[in-house]
Amino acid sequence: MSAPTVAPGIRATAAPGSKAAARRTGGGRRRLTTWLLSALSVVLFALFVFPVYWMVNTSFQPNNAIRSSDLHFWPDNFTLRNYETVLFDPGRTPFLPAAANSLVVTLLTVIIALTFAFLAAVAVTRFRFKSRRLFILTILVIQMIPGEAMIVSVFRVIDGWHLLNTIIGLTIVYIATVLPFTIWTLRGFVNGVPADLEEAAMIDGCSRAGAFWRVTFPLLAPGLVATGVFGFIQAWNEFIMALVLNARPEMMTLPVWQRTFLVANGTTNWAGIMAGSVLMAIPVIVFFLIVQGRMTSGLVSGAVKG
Amino acid sequence: MTTVDPGLDAAAPSAVEGERLTAPAPNPKRRRIRLRGGFTPYALLGPAIVVLAAIVGWPLIQLIITSFQEFGRAQVFGAPPSWVWFDNYIDVFTDPVFYGVLARSVLFAAGCVIVTMVASTLIALMLTRLPKAFRLLLTVGMLLAWAMPALTATVVWGWMFDTAYGVINYIFVNFLGMEEFNQHQWLLNPLSFFFVAGLIIVWGAIPFAAFTLYAGLTQVPDEVLEAAQLDGAGGFARFRLIIFPYLKPIFLIVTILQVIWDLRVFTQIFVLQDIGGVRAQTNTLGVYIYQKSIAGGDFGHGGAIAVITAILLMSISIYYIRQVLKEEEL
Repeated sequence: MSAPTVAPGIRATAAPGSKAAARRTGGGRRRLTTWLLSALSVVLFALFVFPVYWMVNTSFQPNNAIRSSDLHFWPDNFTLRNYETVLFDPGRTPFLPAAANSLVVTLLTVIIALTFAFLAAVAVTRFRFKSRRLFILTILVIQMIPGEAMIVSVFRVIDGWHLLNTIIGLTIVYIATVLPFTIWTLRGFVNGVPADLEEAAMIDGCSRAGAFWRVTFPLLAPGLVATGVFGFIQAWNEFIMALVLNARPEMMTLPVWQRTFLVANGTTNWAGIMAGSVLMAIPVIVFFLIVQGRMTSGLVSGAVKG
Repeated sequence: MTTVDPGLDAAAPSAVEGERLTAPAPNPKRRRIRLRGGFTPYALLGPAIVVLAAIVGWPLIQLIITSFQEFGRAQVFGAPPSWVWFDNYIDVFTDPVFYGVLARSVLFAAGCVIVTMVASTLIALMLTRLPKAFRLLLTVGMLLAWAMPALTATVVWGWMFDTAYGVINYIFVNFLGMEEFNQHQWLLNPLSFFFVAGLIIVWGAIPFAAFTLYAGLTQVPDEVLEAAQLDGAGGFARFRLIIFPYLKPIFLIVTILQVIWDLRVFTQIFVLQDIGGVRAQTNTLGVYIYQKSIAGGDFGHGGAIAVITAILLMSISIYYIRQVLKEEEL
């Protein structure tokens, strides 16, 4: 996944002749600028990556090595002990149940939210109906309400349904959290598929629903994947609601689990927490690398164009 | 992937009007087919509306009601709340602590947004001019930063700024010879606390903003830029007269999103406070609401602050919403 995926357009449409001409007028100065920019990009790369590197580096060091007056800038005394501790040490709040909770909540959230959002996006883009404008406006406004403001009342609602410390309770809340943005983004993708295609299929004898399923839906698959991954990341990383709604140790999700490590102030097991962080971040990073190009173009088209 | 939005590529009208250079007009609207469909759209919207009404609508109404009530721990356990109407709001608006939190939040958000937007614009411009290999390198670096969950990022940065074993202090002392950073406590002083918090936020926010702006930049037609260059427009003039007008909608939306996200920032501040900040001196709006309500058990006042924050955010985003509605041809 590279930069060009974000960028169809400019480079392809430029006439080669005029480009060369422009370069000639610039001459050596232009080459120098390119050099400087390249050097700068390496520095920026290092700045962006260093924290990630430092997390990985620390996670492979024995605890006494990271707590010495001499820092190790690469894992020269490589160990997997921290991962072992995080995964299997019975003395700590266990990682695996938290990971299982996170996984189940996240998958349920993605599947259900994507289904609901897809239906809503189709309604908003393909139909004209009375409260369409109101619905879009609501979707926008909801995204402005600070989640922290709602914690207490959401807590009371979930408590009222006796769903505190349950997978279902947290999932419902996450679905609602993810929905507005998901609808918004999917709307951009559905809009991108010209309805003319469906018309053509209908002329060829498809029903309206049939035309949609056979023609438009397959074209939407990449958009659905991108949006789904985005929902996955949001749910996987969510912290505050999980902290308040699922506080019981056996119902914790990974972010809440990660914080339990921190609270033991002073004696924080940094190497362990870094190993846990790596394990937590891996799925997010993998998914992200897969879809980021689509996400950005979806965002641009969704945010800027009607 | 390129078929995501056919409309994007269709725009390359001549932008030279008479002798003057102007940004091209936005694309003519694609023809859209929308049906009345009777009951169908409502059925399609049904599931989403039910969930949103239950988890957003109903709690929102409750929140507003609570903000007009005396609602403490006793009420959580079933005692009937009493109505105090605007007392909570009056208390909040006469509380110097609230103004401290508000000012801190606004200043902090403003700082983060400005740094993010300036840096992102420069990086986006840089990306268009980098040789392919370097562009790929920087892209991968930013993707890694973007993909890091906010909580994980905060924990990792917190570890890097650790007083005794943090790599930052180590570098300052051992590589740069600045002994005063030996055992330096970054998070204890509010100013350097917010420096660290800002660093984490900006580091995490730049990739999104830079990529989105870059995606927009690639839509600026080459011919227009070259024509401008032939007419003798320098780099800055080209940015001001052509690139910026072209990017303006994207620029605006990214800025407003950043303002909203940075004003309601929670995770980074909350976790840094855990690691070693002084809560009373580093609270921002999001964390303050949490502390009043959940930690302090004063849901009435917490609710009032939450409502005020929500109104603040909405009034900021009104421009964005209007822009979107206009483009929606509603």
